Order: sequence, then C-alpha cells, then structure tokens
Amino acid sequence: MKICVLVKEVPDAAVQKRLGNGRMDRGGEKNLNPYDTHAIEEAVRIKEGGVVTVDEVVAVSMGPESADRAIRKAISLGVDRAVHLCDPAVAGSDVAATGLALAKTLERESPDLVLLGQQSDDGECYTIGAVVADHLKMPSLTQVIKMDVKEGTLTCERQAEYGYDTVEIPTPAVISVGDAINEPRYPSLKAIMGAKKKPVDKLVIADVGLEASQVGEEGSKARWFNSAQPPAKAAGEIIEDEDTNETVGRIVAWLDERKLLS
Amino acid sequence: MTDILVYALHYEGTINKNSQGAVSEAAKLASQIGGECHALVVGESVPDDLAASLGAYGAAKVFRAEGPEGLAQPVVDAMATVIGDHGHGYALFGGGLLGFEIGAGLAARMGAGVVMEVTQVNVEDGKLVSERPILGDSSISQVRYEGDLGIIIGRLNAFEISESGGTATIEDVQVDYREYSTRSKMVKRGEQRGADVNIEDAKVLIAGGRGLGKAEGFGLLDDLAAAMGGAVAATRAVVDAGWFPYAGQIGQTGKTVSPKLYLAAGISGAIQHKVGMQASENIVAINKDSNAPIFEFSDLGIVGDLNKIVPKLTEAVKAKKG
Repeated sequence: MKICVLVKEVPDAAVQKRLGNGRMDRGGEKNLNPYDTHAIEEAVRIKEGGVVTVDEVVAVSMGPESADRAIRKAISLGVDRAVHLCDPAVAGSDVAATGLALAKTLERESPDLVLLGQQSDDGECYTIGAVVADHLKMPSLTQVIKMDVKEGTLTCERQAEYGYDTVEIPTPAVISVGDAINEPRYPSLKAIMGAKKKPVDKLVIADVGLEASQVGEEGSKARWFNSAQPPAKAAGEIIEDEDTNETVGRIVAWLDERKLLS
Repeated sequence: MTDILVYALHYEGTINKNSQGAVSEAAKLASQIGGECHALVVGESVPDDLAASLGAYGAAKVFRAEGPEGLAQPVVDAMATVIGDHGHGYALFGGGLLGFEIGAGLAARMGAGVVMEVTQVNVEDGKLVSERPILGDSSISQVRYEGDLGIIIGRLNAFEISESGGTATIEDVQVDYREYSTRSKMVKRGEQRGADVNIEDAKVLIAGGRGLGKAEGFGLLDDLAAAMGGAVAATRAVVDAGWFPYAGQIGQTGKTVSPKLYLAAGISGAIQHKVGMQASENIVAINKDSNAPIFEFSDLGIVGDLNKIVPKLTEAVKAKKG
C-alpha cells in the first residue's frame, strides 16, 4: 500500500501578528499546516501498525520555494519522501484549481490512500479533499476522527450534522482527518537532521500534465476582487487576572449590572 | 433567466434548518436575477409532502432523486445531472458538513468556481457576488464567478429562514451514479454519544473547551452552572475526546444557541464554534491565552487560569444570590 499525505505551508500561528486594523500580518515565518501533522501521524501509525503493509508514505505539496521548509518538517515526522509542485503558474489558484493541480500531482503516484488535514490554518475550509477525490475518481470522506484500516477497506467515524456516522470505504480513497484522530509525535533531533537529506522531487505543471490556463488566476473561476471591512463591533472589556478575588468581584459586578444574576 | 439550485438535506422526515434558510435565500436572489429557485432532495423514498414542503420557503420546483442518504458523492452526481439538464447558473448550500463536501465535489465535476463560508450574497449587474469573512472574520473577501456555474456554500446560520407560503412541483430525476460515488457504505448514521442533555432552552450556558485540560474539568463548570441556574455545554474538541455528550455540543456540527449569557471557559473560539453561539446576548470568555480569537467577539474577556477563577466565581455568585 502506498499512502500520500497532502501537506501545505501556512503562516506560523506563533508569529501571526494582529495589526491595529484587525488584519493579520501574513509575512514572516511560515510552517507546516498544523492540521496536516495529524494526517502524517495517521499515515505513520498505519505503517507502523502492521495490519496492512505500507511500502511508502509520500508527502505531496504545492507551493512556492519557501514551502521546502514545511515539506522537510513533514519528512521529519515520518514521511519517506516528498513531491513538491513548485511552479509560479499555480500562484493565485482558487480551491478548485488547487485541487486539480494536487490531483494531477497525486495521479503520478497512484496512491492507495490519500490523507490530508481537515483544513488549512489559513483558510480553505474542509474542501480540498472532496475536489481532489472527484478528479481522482475515488470515494472520499472529510473530518474523520477514527479510522480502522484493513486490506482494501477503511472503517471511518466522523461527526456530521446529526451525530456520529460510521462509514465503510474501500480503497483507494481520499480521507481528510480531524485533529481528534491522534496526538502527533514530536520529531527527534535525528529525524530533523535526516530530513534535510531526504529526496524532494520538484515538479512544474508540465510534469503533471497541466497547462498554465488550467491553474493560477487564469484557471480559477472564483475571482476575488475586493476586501471589505466587517461592520465595526464595540470592543469587549478585557480583565487581566492578577488578583483573582478582585477579578471575580469585577465579573460579578458586570453580570449583576446586566441583571444576569437575578 | 438564471435559476438557482439548492441542495436540501433531510433526516428522519425533517428538512435541515440550514437548508430551509438556503432555499429562502436562493428564492430571494433568484427573484432579483429573474430566475427561479429549485431544490434537490436525495434519499430513499422521500415522501411527496417532505419534498413539497420546500415550496413554503420559495422553491418553485423540487427535484427528487432516489439514492443513499448522508453521503456527499451521490449528491454530487445528482446535482450534476440536474444542472446538466436544466442549466442552473448557481448552486447554493446551507452551512453544514455535507454542503462543504458536495459543493467542493461539484466544483471539481463541473469546473466551476466555489466560495465557502459565505455570509452574504449580493446581486451586481444580474450576477451573484459572494462575501466570505477571512482571517478570523477581520476582513471580508468579495468574490465573483466566471463561467456557466457559480457555487456558494453558506456559513452555518448565515441564511435566514423566510416562509413565502408558495407551493412547489416535484420532478423525479433518474441519476446514473458514478461507480466511485457509491462505493462508500453508511454503516451507522447519527449516533448520539453520551447522555441526552438539553442546552437549547437554557438562559445561561456555561461552556467548556480543551482548555479545561481533562474531562474532570467539567466538574467546575457543573458547579458554576448550578449556582447560576444554567446548563453546561461544550466544544467539538472535547466531545470528540469523549469528555462531554454530543447532545451538549455547540457549533458547526452541533447545536446553535442564543442564551442570555454564554460563559466560555477554556474555549479558543474557532469559527466552527463561533457560528453556533455568536447570537448569544452576552458573551463572557475565560482563557489563559490573551491571543485567543474568542476575545475578539466577547463582551467581557478574562485572561487568566480558569481553574483559579471558576471556583471563586461560583462561590461569589452563590454569595450574591444568597
């Protein structure tokens, strides 16, 4: 069995700065999308678990040169090798075009299982897995929090609109995992050092059979044209707790003023 | 003439509220762009009255397809069939997990643009424009669609339910399901894990998240809720971890509430949680991380250790109430 894990570079949450106008400064440090670490961990656990034989865990990423750092991080977490679609032509792709480019890149690998995180830290909610799956003509499920893997079949659990669903899915399949599925391990120093030497296959769109008109802004049918400010909301009162008795006194007074203790 | 097709989710004989809102929204938009609002229901022997009930929210026609329930990919096939036959200009989904999956799959299938987490749809020159908040709701992206089909996936509760009292005709459609769309099998659907707790009628809700540290942390919230005469609720993370019953979960795949007071303890305030409680009259948050997004939409925020603050608050509330 070959498992491919989709990974993405996102701005590091630890260095995201909130500016005075409420916007995020998206410059600075970039890192591996934290949700992706759960997908990597799950792939590594399937490999280590021994129920099925996993020949290889391959990270697949799309992004600029700088994404190499996130890809190395993925390798340090247990991925065997990586494929990086790195082409200026994909910049500005919307969700549908991004999904197409990732699907084309995945096709070269013929995976039995594609895993990804349930969302990226910087925005595309829940959707990439379903786009990729339709292009690959594979069954798919998102936000999976428990997965039992047997040869040829996955038994997945997830929370949906009306409670918990259990779904049986034959492989090959595309599964996005929720962060409740596992607790990702920390990489060892040896793994971090070793990740620098592992092979990362760099591709351009022609390598995966795409033309420039299919991706990037040209290939995107959802066109951003403006950013607006949300209606201003009065800022809430903030109490830094130093003396807890005093803090509690202030909370009670605040609640009492609003007749919430009657 | 541009018609809008809405996917209507149903379960145990009832149409999902977010789908009713989506139909209401699509009917309003369709009238502004000179088209009709149509809906699609997929299921096993969906009764006439359930399908026709969407007419009350403004659907002129309801397409009904026989197919498996609770999975996204068969619905993608059904949507693609109906849109292929009738040429709808837009597909619209209410907020919810399946809507995200179907809308995204449909975008891939039809080569269409998709915008998710949409909170508002505007009409410009006879075309629909989606507004989507980004970066913790600090900015709103405005997006237009190119091509024959635009896909709009709403945020939970973004579209208001409005009853127009109209009637809908039902049209049965034959769908050739794709082989890969029907490979998944629903083994068990809608399993309720944990006790049945009622949080929707409470005027005061004390909600706990991962910041409680462990399941036992809910004991502190039980005490505070008892002192305040309220109920205890939870985030998805702690429900998934088995610390609290699913019936008490707020947010995207849980309940939507609007109590007089919502006190959030150890909750970071992810969008998926916010959409289920932002209509609360008063929001108080206790979190040790001063950068937690919840402080951006709290009326009173306390930066500190809930393990220290909550027990003392319980005592103080008891003393105040006598």
